[in-house]
Order: sequence, then C-alpha cells, then structure tokens
Amino acid sequence: MSTVEEVNQDDDSTRRDFLYIATAAVGAVGTGAAIWPFIDQMNPDASVRALSSAEFDLAPIEEGQGITVVWRGNPVFIRHRTPKEIEEAKAVPMSDLKDPIARNLNAPEGAEATDVNRVVDGKENILVMMAICTHLGCVPVGEAGEFDGWFCPCHGSHYDTAGRIRKGPAPTNLEVPPYKYIDDNKIVIG
Amino acid sequence: MSGHSTNYEFKNPAVKWLDSRLPIFSLMKGQAMDFPTPKNLNYWWTFGGILAIMLVIQLISGIVLAMHYTPTADLAFNSVEHIMRDVNYGWLLRYMHANGASMFFIAVYIHIFRGMYYGSYKEPREVLWMIGVFIFIAMMATAFMGYVLPWGQMSFWGAKVITNLFSAIPFVGDSVVTWLWGGFNVADPTLNRFFSLHYLLPFVLAALVFLHIWALHIPGNNNPTGVEPKSGADTIPFHPYYTMKDLYAIVVFLMVMAAFMFFAPNYMGHADNYIPANPLVTPTHIVPEWYFLPFYAILRSVPDKLLGVIAMFSSLLILLVLPWLDSSKVRSGKYRPMFKWMFWIFVFDCLVLGVVGGNPAEGHWLIIGRIATFYYFLHFIILLPLVGLMEKPKPLPASISEDVLAKSDAKSS
Repeated sequence: MSTVEEVNQDDDSTRRDFLYIATAAVGAVGTGAAIWPFIDQMNPDASVRALSSAEFDLAPIEEGQGITVVWRGNPVFIRHRTPKEIEEAKAVPMSDLKDPIARNLNAPEGAEATDVNRVVDGKENILVMMAICTHLGCVPVGEAGEFDGWFCPCHGSHYDTAGRIRKGPAPTNLEVPPYKYIDDNKIVIG
Repeated sequence: MSGHSTNYEFKNPAVKWLDSRLPIFSLMKGQAMDFPTPKNLNYWWTFGGILAIMLVIQLISGIVLAMHYTPTADLAFNSVEHIMRDVNYGWLLRYMHANGASMFFIAVYIHIFRGMYYGSYKEPREVLWMIGVFIFIAMMATAFMGYVLPWGQMSFWGAKVITNLFSAIPFVGDSVVTWLWGGFNVADPTLNRFFSLHYLLPFVLAALVFLHIWALHIPGNNNPTGVEPKSGADTIPFHPYYTMKDLYAIVVFLMVMAAFMFFAPNYMGHADNYIPANPLVTPTHIVPEWYFLPFYAILRSVPDKLLGVIAMFSSLLILLVLPWLDSSKVRSGKYRPMFKWMFWIFVFDCLVLGVVGGNPAEGHWLIIGRIATFYYFLHFIILLPLVGLMEKPKPLPASISEDVLAKSDAKSS
C-alpha cells in the first residue's frame, strides 16, 4: 500500500525538474537568438551579395591566349586553349588525377573530372575557372608548371591544361564557377 | 604570496583612509615592492618586465596611430603613407609600432625558452605557464591582424593565406572563411573588422597578463637552481633590487629597439608591403613576418592541406601540455646533463624551421623542413618523457643561498 504522500512527492520532484529544464531550454534558445545577429553581421552584406553576376565578351581572346577577369572581387581565368592543350588534357587517364571530381558547378554534382566535364560541351576550347589555388587561395601563374597548365608560386601546386590538380598540396581541382553562354561569344558568370 | 605584510600602517592619513576602504596601497606594497623574490635571478628573468613595457609601448603607439589611420580598402594604404609623410612624428610612431611588434616577439621567444630551460612550467606553475601560452597565441593573432592594416601586397596575401587555413575544416570550412571575410574574398569588410579586432585584442592581452602575474605571485618566481626558496635568506624584496635590475635590462633592450627604429626601420619588414594590395596578382614569394616563420614551415612541410593545418596548430597547442610531457622531477636544466643538450638542439631546430619558412617550399628546403618538423614533435612527444626517466641528474644545492655562496667562494679562492 504505497502512501499518497510518496506518490505526490515523486510527482512534485518530477514537475520541478521539468520546470528547471524547460526554463533552461527557453533561456538557451533566447540567448542563442540574441547572439545570432552579432555572429551573422560578419557574413557578406547586401552590397557584397549584389555583385553576384557579370558578363564577359570572349571574341577578343585569341587561341593560346588567356585573360583574367574579376567576378565577386575574385580573379577568374578565361583561357582560349590550343588543340594541343585540349589533347593533353584528354589524354590523361582518370587514375592519374589527384582529385577525380570535376568541381564544375555547371556539371552534375560529383561528375568525373574528364576534360569535357570541365568545360561546356561544344565549347571545349574555352576554359573558365576561378583563379584561386584550392590550397590557400593564391593566384596561380598561367602556362607554367610541370603539366603545361598553371603553377601556384605560394606552395608549389601544379595544375594541368584543364586546371586539374596534379602535384602539390592543393586538395582539389581549380573550381569552375557557375556560368552560361548568352550568345556564341558571350558568357555570364554567376 | 607568503612573507609580505598586509598589516603595514601607512603614515599618510589620506593613503591610510583610502587603503582601509580599498586596500590598493597594501596590495601594491605587498606584490610590487616587498614581494619576496629569489636572490639569484639572472638576466634571462628580466624579459617578463621587458614584455610588460613592450605591451605598454604597443598600446600607446597603436592608439595614436589609430587617430590617423583609415581602415577602408581604398584609403588604408594611402593613410599609412600620410602617417609617414604628413603627420607630425608619424614616421617615428609607425616605425616604433612596427619594430615594436618584432621586438615584442624577440622578447617573448627568449621568455618562453627561458621557461623551458629552467623548467618554470613544472608543478606548481602549470597554470602560470598555460596562461602564458594563451598570451602567446593572442599576441600572434594581434600581430597578424595588425600586419594586414597597411593593406600592401604582403598584408593582403598574408591575410588571404592565413584565413584560408580555416577552409581546411571539413564540411563548414568554406562558410567559415566567407564569414571571416564578410565577402567572397579578402576585401573592405575584412580590413574593417581586422582593425576593430586589432584594437580590441591588446586589451584582452592586458587582462591575460594580469592573470599571468597573479598566477606568478601564488608560488612566486622560479629561479636558476629550480630549488624553491626555503628561508628569508633565499629571497630579497622585489623593490628596489629587481625593479632596478629590470629597469636596466629594459633600457638596454630599448636601445636595441631604437637602433632598428632609427637605422634599419624596414629590416624586419618586407619590401613587397610597400606595393598596394592587388587581389589579382600574388607576389611570387609570399612570406609571413619573421616571427611566424617556424610555424609556417611546419604548415608547408606536410603535403596534405588539412593535416598541414592540424600540424601547425598542434605545434602551438602542444605547449599547453608541456608540464605533463616532461617527466623529470628536477626543474632546472642546469642539473640535467641530457636535457641540457636536448634543449639546445631544440632551440637550433626552431631556428632551422625559421630559415626553412623563409625559403620556397621545394627541393632540399622541403626535406630539411620535414626533418625539422619531425624533430619538433619528437622532442615533445618522445624525448621529453623518456629523457626524464633515463638521465641521472646532478645533485641539487640544498638551498638558493648555499648555491650562491658556493659560487662566490669558488670565485674568491
């Protein structure tokens, strides 16, 4: 015969525990909500986000020539590749690549890093990619390195003629930004 | 804290009145004047005082520089030139602040190595040592952000490379870097927040220094013998003995600083930082300031990005557990025949890492860097715990006094 008081006492303590936890939880959520504006203010502001797309004319770029343009404050390489460079990039077996993923925001996610997946199909002579070494963010030097592509002077990463990492500390291929052709010779990045 | 009197009767009635309400004079008398200090401290012990003065110099010169500096990407570089050319004594203040940073690090490295040689990190001074490591880390963060402010090429690319270290964090790395930058590249928002934090951190440093001194005044100073003071004969009051000795060392140290300031003000800087920041061109050879070179060498000697970053941060954080890695019961390296050698090899190893960090990461520099990095960790993880168990220490003096007297006897005979 358990006494009524005992049961009530148990109930009391559980209810008190519940109130403690509930109060603490509300307090934690409130504190978090108060802190968030102080954290989020450091993220890119509206004026920075507004610069998110830019248009470029490719007609003046001769074969074998490359230019550097600026998109969202970052340098972007646009290179008109020679047939030899395209052949070199195509000849590389997948097993030789340090990073087997295309890193192309226009290709399906996780696509293989074949040469054609790094460019737009039918426009294989034009290679567009971020001029930012995936190691620590330096700008690589063009037509340099052991693979005839790009070489990063900061910490010695070598990229091939499709901008794929082949040797050195960089973990991934140079990133291809989101872009599309708006006519035969013009692209919009972003 | 033993030995100092808190029940001293102040004669001045105003002082007495205030002290009975807020015992600030008693505290100062007990901690800064009468504080019993081992009588055998050598000149390596003066670097604590030198560091305190350097913090004050950096604070004052920094606050006045901020009165003339403009933290926006368009104007920062020119405002620094404006300080150099137009502001009255601007050149002096800027060279004082820039060389002051280097001198600050020279002093802190000597201070850290002194602690290592004489075992100042050992029980009961572990917390004192750990606060010191946090001070060192806060100093590095402050110096890094300060170097970004002139907005030259090295400022920009140093900022880019160092902030990109965080992109190595799995999954959230890129978002963290965007958050740090406030954009998609190091730019105006980055410079602005670095200025804000560069102004804030020295005050955090000052608070940490307060804790460091508090933690020092609980057990009192270590000393070259590593034997704790046993009686009043082993100690002397801090003032005037060590106030004067520290002051002398400070004057000599500041003479060296003045020599740099006036005769070679850019010797410890980098010429490329007189080229305005350009986000489209990376200098062919990026190097951080000299005081970061050993850590930079460790970062570059690991061929994997994430592991390189982990190795670099570990090389700093391992200092936090140093008190528990050293297994020897004997504090001072003077009485440890094997450790003494190991210590100097370690110093040499750090210097080698510094030279490697200043050279391109290729060819034989890469190999030397890898060996030196390996040895750096070997020293802490394997050698320190093992040597403490293996070596036979020399006999310790019974007390500080006995050691001092034995030396003066040897000299006079």
